[in-house]
Parts: sequence; structure tokens; C-alpha cells
Amino acid sequence: MSGLISILADGIAYGMLLFLFSIGLSVTLGLMRFINLAHGAFAMCGGYVAVVLLNGFGVPFLLTLPAAAVVTGLIGVVLERSVIRHVYPMPELQQVLFSIGLAFAAGAVANILFGPQQQPMLLPDWLTARVGFLGVGITGYRLFLVLFGLVAAGLLMALFNFTLFGARVRAAVDDRRAAEGIGINVDRLFALTFGLGAAFAGLGGALAVGFLGLDPTFPFKYLVLVLMVVAIGGPGSIGGSFAAAIAIGAIDALFKYLVPEVGNYVIYALLVLMMIFFPRGLAGRAA
Amino acid sequence: MARSKQPSVQARRRSVLLAASAAAAFPLARPAIAQERKLVVGVVLPLSGTFADQGRNNEEGIKTFQKIHGTKVGNVTVETVMRDDQGPGSGDLSRRLTQELIQRSRAEIILGYSFTPNALSAASLLTEAKKPGIIINAATSIITERSPYFARVSMTLPQLASSLGQWAARNGIKTVFTIVSDYGPGLDAETWFTKAFEAGGGKVVGGARTPVAAMDYSPFLQRAIEAKPEAVFGFNPGGDVSVAFMKQTKERGLSQAGIKLLVTGDVVDDNLIPAMGDALDGVISALHYQVELDNPANRRFLTGFREVAGANATPSYRTVQAYDGMALIYHALQATGGKTDADSIMNAIKGARIDSPRGPFTIDPATRDIVQSIYIRRGQQRDGRWANIAFETIEGVKDPAK
Repeated sequence: MSGLISILADGIAYGMLLFLFSIGLSVTLGLMRFINLAHGAFAMCGGYVAVVLLNGFGVPFLLTLPAAAVVTGLIGVVLERSVIRHVYPMPELQQVLFSIGLAFAAGAVANILFGPQQQPMLLPDWLTARVGFLGVGITGYRLFLVLFGLVAAGLLMALFNFTLFGARVRAAVDDRRAAEGIGINVDRLFALTFGLGAAFAGLGGALAVGFLGLDPTFPFKYLVLVLMVVAIGGPGSIGGSFAAAIAIGAIDALFKYLVPEVGNYVIYALLVLMMIFFPRGLAGRAA
Repeated sequence: MARSKQPSVQARRRSVLLAASAAAAFPLARPAIAQERKLVVGVVLPLSGTFADQGRNNEEGIKTFQKIHGTKVGNVTVETVMRDDQGPGSGDLSRRLTQELIQRSRAEIILGYSFTPNALSAASLLTEAKKPGIIINAATSIITERSPYFARVSMTLPQLASSLGQWAARNGIKTVFTIVSDYGPGLDAETWFTKAFEAGGGKVVGGARTPVAAMDYSPFLQRAIEAKPEAVFGFNPGGDVSVAFMKQTKERGLSQAGIKLLVTGDVVDDNLIPAMGDALDGVISALHYQVELDNPANRRFLTGFREVAGANATPSYRTVQAYDGMALIYHALQATGGKTDADSIMNAIKGARIDSPRGPFTIDPATRDIVQSIYIRRGQQRDGRWANIAFETIEGVKDPAK
């Protein structure tokens, strides 16, 4: 029984990581209607920033996290202003082709800059130790991920639902011309939102290195899982993405443990069922 | 500045003179030497994509060899032409590149093949074109049976898995739980470990097969712990997957539960160790090479490797495999006295004995597969760094699957 609970706890921690990866994509896809398959490249970027700071400059692990988010966010804003905004009005297929190309390019750049090998990242001892939490054994790092994910989800939900910034973004999405007409600078708003999504991806990437490793193929390795989170959660919904990511992490772990013969496929079956019965995802918003 | 320039101008003038006199002497000297000629070695490796890392390891091994031993064997100048087969799942590309190398680049020997399907798809082509193919990584047992022109200098997975199984049974381990990646090599590892271990009196009490790219091993490790075996045997395809697996064995507290961890040595490749850290503590593995080997060939290799790849670089066992592939070609050219037709080369390769950085190995004349020592190693700290330290050597290990 304690085995079962500790597996669940691990699965939830894994889900939190998926949530941090996918939240930026959910925002750009749901709010800005831009299909950004290069989202994983931002996560990779955050990972490399963290690794370079930690291994190259001896910056403490906790400080590398905000640095990864800020640097990736800025790169996101620059890219949005220079290239990506021209892609918004294009049809979906072109958006997909453009962004997948961007992801390949990012992987190639990482290959040139850092080489194809795995980047080592050794976490501080307090994060790798196994701790008891509410009677369940879990490593410090996974507990840290869970807490981090909860805080991030709370902050983002508050930002989009209860602040003026959030209201403006929602207004711009619903009717761009009307929003511009009442004086909202939609261009700047979208750039900021895109940067925010990139920053969260960068943060997720930095947090993931110690757990999933990092190399130039990173943008593609988690693309399927991230798209699953967004599809099941419903694009644009932070709460939906959160629930979907946790469910995927926990259900995957649970079935792998209970019925290892088929456990690897359960989440994919779940995705198919969801798409048949709830094509708009948990949150039910149209994409 | 002006002063320092002066001698270099002189030196250049001198070298021009030397070159001129050498050129003048050359036509006279020429009839005395046997024919000078060039031999092209075509190289097929994954140099881009997910497995670019493996290709680069191999490439560095080839460069290191030519750096140390030069490009000339007798009167033959060995030149390499590299092609990128982009990793597994591109057998057709690997076959096409092999063909291009033979037809356009006039390659007389092909070196490479990181993945089994890529080697297999080129097999019939090599047979037809009568060109030797030296395999420097692909590890499935069957490959060398598919063409009489294949020879292998890497290893086969059954060599590692069954050596480890034997060792475990001999050293009083009674029960084992296996965790292998669910694809060809993983099933090979499971089969041959189990065979050797149970033949020695051990018992496999359970097992799990994990998705090839799985990153979360908690559920499988938890099952392993609950099965209460004395040891867990693990195999996965290296890279980030193996780093994740190793780290999680520590997170999950395998050793606190009193369970030993046994893995095939490719899982704890020397150049992954920095990313694994203390997860390597006490892990038993079987492999044919580790950086710490103390022999003259390895010292020489490491010096050359660090000139090629940088002072702080750590070679992979794959680097050595490629290095040995070149060694085998040079050996064959020496033995044939410069004859480069496929049958002469293959005859020289059969039964060849090479003094490799991994220790001496031979090529079995019957199967053209490698016969080598397998080291049983334990993960421990040496000079403040984690390393695989060999404590037992099983000599003359043939591929048990043949």
C-alpha cells in the first residue's frame, strides 16, 4: 500500500513537470491561436541556461531557475517581435510547419554550441535526499517540483482571471479590433503573453534537467506528452492543463506499477477516449 | 615583432628549398619504391539526429587512430570519407550511402554501422560488391552471419549479459529481478542474462520491460523492490534514458533495500558518469573497456584522444571500438603487403590479434566476430571522481549466441 502511494506521489511530481512544460503552449494556443510546436525549444533553452550557470559559473541551483525563466522569456519576446508575429495570420498548416522548423533549427544551434552529448547536472544534496512527507517517502526534488507546480498554477490562474492584464488578454483574444479600438496595445500584449509562455517553458526546462537530462533533441522528446496535456486539458485553460498533466503523470505511473504489461499504453488510450467524448478537453473552451 | 618574424621567413625559405629538392629527387626515387597508392575507407555513422553523440564518439576514435598512427601503411595512404546515416530507422539510407561510397568515392573498405538495421540493410550489398564491412558498434549477434565480408570489432550484447549472469551466479546471488527496455537488444540482454544466471543456479524471480524512451522508472523499480530479489539486472539504450534510470535507482533507494544493481556496461558508459554522479556507487557492470584500464595501448590512446577531443574529454567505449576498427584495417593492410582486394583483406582479418586499449582481442576466424576480455567493474570513487573500476576479468569471451 505504501508502495502504491509513493508511486502516485512520484507520478504527480512527474505531472507537475509536464504542467510547467505545457502551460506556455496552452496559453499561446488557446489565447493567441498560434500553434507553437517549437515550444519545447524554449524549454531546452531554459535547460541550457541553467546548466551553463550551474556548471560553468557555480551559480546556486535555486538562482539558476529565475535566470532560466528570464533569459528564455526575453528570447521569446525577441522572436515574437521579429518572426513569429508574421505567422499569426497564416493558416494552421503553415504555423505547424513554421514552428516545427524553428524547433529543428533550435536543436541544430544547441548541437553546434554545446555538442550532442548529455549535459550533466548534479543537484544539491538537500534535493536528492529521500524525505518523509505526510507519511510517504518521496525525494526532495519531486516534493520541490510538486510545490513549485502548485505555486505556478495558482499565480498564473490569478494573473489571467483576476488582473487587468488577464482581462486585456482575454478581450484581445475575443475581439481584436474592438480591443484595439478601446486603446489596448494588442501587439505589445501578445508579445508579453508569448514571452510569459516562453519563460514558463524555460523554467520547466531548467527544472527538468536534473530529472530528464538535456541534449539537443530535447524539443521533440516531450512534444507528444505536452500536446496530450494541452489537448486533454483544453487549450487556453490553466486549470484544465493542470488537471490533465497531474492525471497523465499519476495514471501513467499507477498503471505501469499495477499492470506493467499494458501500463505503457493506458494514457494513450485515455487520450483517444477523451478526444472522442470530450473533443474540447476538460475545460471545454473552443480552440 | 620584427625580430620574431625574421627566423620564420628563413625557416619558410628553407622548407621551400627542401620541398624543391625533395620534388627533384622524387622521380628518380620512384621506381625503387613499390607503387604508391591510396585506399579509401568509407565511414557510415549517425552524425546528426538523436544519436549524433554515438557517431561523434566513433568519429573521434577514427581521428585519434590516424593522429597516433599516421595515414600511411607501407605504401598505402588511408583516407576516410564520412557519411551520415542519421541513426536507426534509416536502413535504406545506410544502404544507399554504402553504395555511393563504393561507387562514387571508390571506397574499398566500409567502416561503421552504429545500429543493427543499418548494418543488416547493407549486408547483401557488401557481399555483392565484395567489399569488407567493419562493424564498430551494432551489437546484435546475427549481423556477421549476414555477409561473409562482415567483421566486428565492437561487442555483442549477449557477451556482456551472459558474462554478468555468470558472475552473479558464481558470487552467491540467488535471485534477480530484470528491468530491460522493450526492444530487440533489451530482450537479448534479458534472455542471455537469464540463461547464464539460471545455468549457474540462480533464479530470475520477475521482470519488467519498459518503453525504450521511458524516463520515469519509479513504478518498475517499486515492483522490483517489492519482489525482494537479491539483485536487479538492468539494460537500457544509454544516453538520457540510462542517466534517468540510474538516478532513479538511487532515488528509490535500491541499495537501502539491500538490493544490488547489475547492468550491462553500456548503461554506465564512462562519458555518462558525470551526469550520474553518486548513483554509480556500488553498481556492478560488465563491459569490454573502461578509461581506467592500465596498459600501454590505453595510455597511448588516451593521450592521442585528448589531443583530438580536448584535455578534459572522456572517451566512450565507442571511441575505442572505432579506434580498433581502424587498427584492424591497418593490421590487414600490413599483413597483405598492400593488397586491398576483399578476399585478401578478409583472410588477414580472420584470426587477427590486435593489441587494443581494451586489452588484446582476436577475430574468430570462423565467425569473424570479436573474442575479447569482459571486465566486471564496480562503481566507486577514485581521486575524487566516480569511475567504473574493474575487479575481475573474464578472458576470451566469444559471442555466446553463436
